[in-house]
Amino acid sequence: MNFNFKHEWIETNIGLMSVLTMLAISVGGLVEIAPLFFIDETIEKVEGVRPYTPLEQRGRDIYQREGCYACHSQMIRPFRDEKLRYGHYSLAAESQYDHPFQWGSKRTGPDLARVGGKYSNEWHVQHMVAPRSMVPESVMPNYPWLLSTPLDISDITNRLKALRKVGVPYSLSQAEYDANVTKFGETVAGQLHIPDAQKNLIEQANFGNYDGDRTGISEMDALVAYLQVLGTMVDFSKYTDDAFVEFR
Amino acid sequence: MSEQKLQSQTVQTTGHAWDGDLQEYNNPLPVWWVYTFYATVIFALVYWTLYPSWPLGKGWIGGVSNITYVNSEGETKTHSWNTRALLLADLNKAAVTQKPYFDKVAAMPYEQIAQDPDMSGFIISAGKSLFAENCAACHQAGGQGVIGFFPNLTDDDWLYGGSYEKIHETLLGGRRGYMPAFSEVLNGEQIDQLANYVASLSSIGHDATKATAGDVLFHSETAACYYCHTSDATGRKDIGAPNLTDNIWLWADVPAADTAEGKVAAIRGVIAGGLNKGVMPAWSGRLSPEQIKVLTVYVHELGGGQ
Repeated sequence: MNFNFKHEWIETNIGLMSVLTMLAISVGGLVEIAPLFFIDETIEKVEGVRPYTPLEQRGRDIYQREGCYACHSQMIRPFRDEKLRYGHYSLAAESQYDHPFQWGSKRTGPDLARVGGKYSNEWHVQHMVAPRSMVPESVMPNYPWLLSTPLDISDITNRLKALRKVGVPYSLSQAEYDANVTKFGETVAGQLHIPDAQKNLIEQANFGNYDGDRTGISEMDALVAYLQVLGTMVDFSKYTDDAFVEFR
Repeated sequence: MSEQKLQSQTVQTTGHAWDGDLQEYNNPLPVWWVYTFYATVIFALVYWTLYPSWPLGKGWIGGVSNITYVNSEGETKTHSWNTRALLLADLNKAAVTQKPYFDKVAAMPYEQIAQDPDMSGFIISAGKSLFAENCAACHQAGGQGVIGFFPNLTDDDWLYGGSYEKIHETLLGGRRGYMPAFSEVLNGEQIDQLANYVASLSSIGHDATKATAGDVLFHSETAACYYCHTSDATGRKDIGAPNLTDNIWLWADVPAADTAEGKVAAIRGVIAGGLNKGVMPAWSGRLSPEQIKVLTVYVHELGGGQ
């Protein structure tokens, strides 16, 4: 076969060049986009992951408002040093209700993906107010206003409705609530019911008393409630190490 | 580029001429560039063959390279290359090296671990990093604690007991301290009397008259302090009620106060406000039984173990 390919064919034919350019670019796009259509089947199936309660969700909002993600990641990578320091590597399933996710790519402070339960509430409160009183070498800024600012709970319903719009299963109707009962059980489903959001938020804050001050609900209550749930939803003792390897 | 150099080139032009004399050279690509390009293409092909690469809907092309590792049940597993298997291989490799030590930790009684020179080296190095990551945030790097928040682990005063067994119990299940606020039960004068009595127990400057009244109150049913702190005020380790007679302070920041009045005021604050802190998280879900045992010995050997 005498096939003498010449670049000039492409370079001198703008129509052919456009088509070939599109083809080359679309490979890159498809490789990234196509798997998203199968994401429900390709993420690990683990039990226990649920959307945040109204109080935790408000804490998450404060986490973003204060820019915690600029120094703290929430993504434990599958490396030995990270496993030893932070715990089991993060799973995609664990951030399925995060909008936006807080994986991050920069660590000035430690990763927080599994900080829940690691320290006591009072440690978090004191550490947020004056980090260096707990960790002398810390470079974290002080966040004293979290303790003195009352939490704005007036718009919690709208906040959850917005998340519902992007696919987080907070329930508005009885049918949606029933579906959540089947999926998450009654206790969690109750927390996810938008009409009860404000009541649930107040109850959780009063019961948990995360900031150690019973006189009101502060932003600290919400933030500590959020931090204490991070990475605790999946019980990894139920799974063998191999279970997640088989998924790769 | 000088005009002289342009004229000396013998490269062909594309053959077109615009505006009469405007021509375009058709230079070939530099040879080094072309071969580097071919090399990257070959590299990509090799990479796609060896490692997971192209997504295929629900699956992907796994690649031909394998990772073999021994899992937690002792079975040998082979899996196509991926970072999770790589991690397990890495962890298991380390576990094999550490296994003789951790097996010894699991099998030996605490006292024996502490006395075995080979093991105590392991405890110091392994315990140090475990302590630094998990404990030092509250108890500080040397275990000295923070007055008002977290207990000192290096002195011989223990809230819940300083034996190996008690330290182990504390690490496994965590602790939760509690003292009711007495401001609603007692008036200011009574709280002041109690504070003076508690100060007198540690020979801190106090008002003797108030302390005598506080003594009565301490052992009365009105304040009922002795329920938890016992009638000789040495405390109950089963519920974490501190010994009040040893001049070692955790909740009331007595050492920081300059004056006797300041010291009594610090005690008064705790009696009036009570305590709903002193929470230590449980570590049984986060650390392995052997790691907890290592930490038990490490904390015991910090200086205060009993």
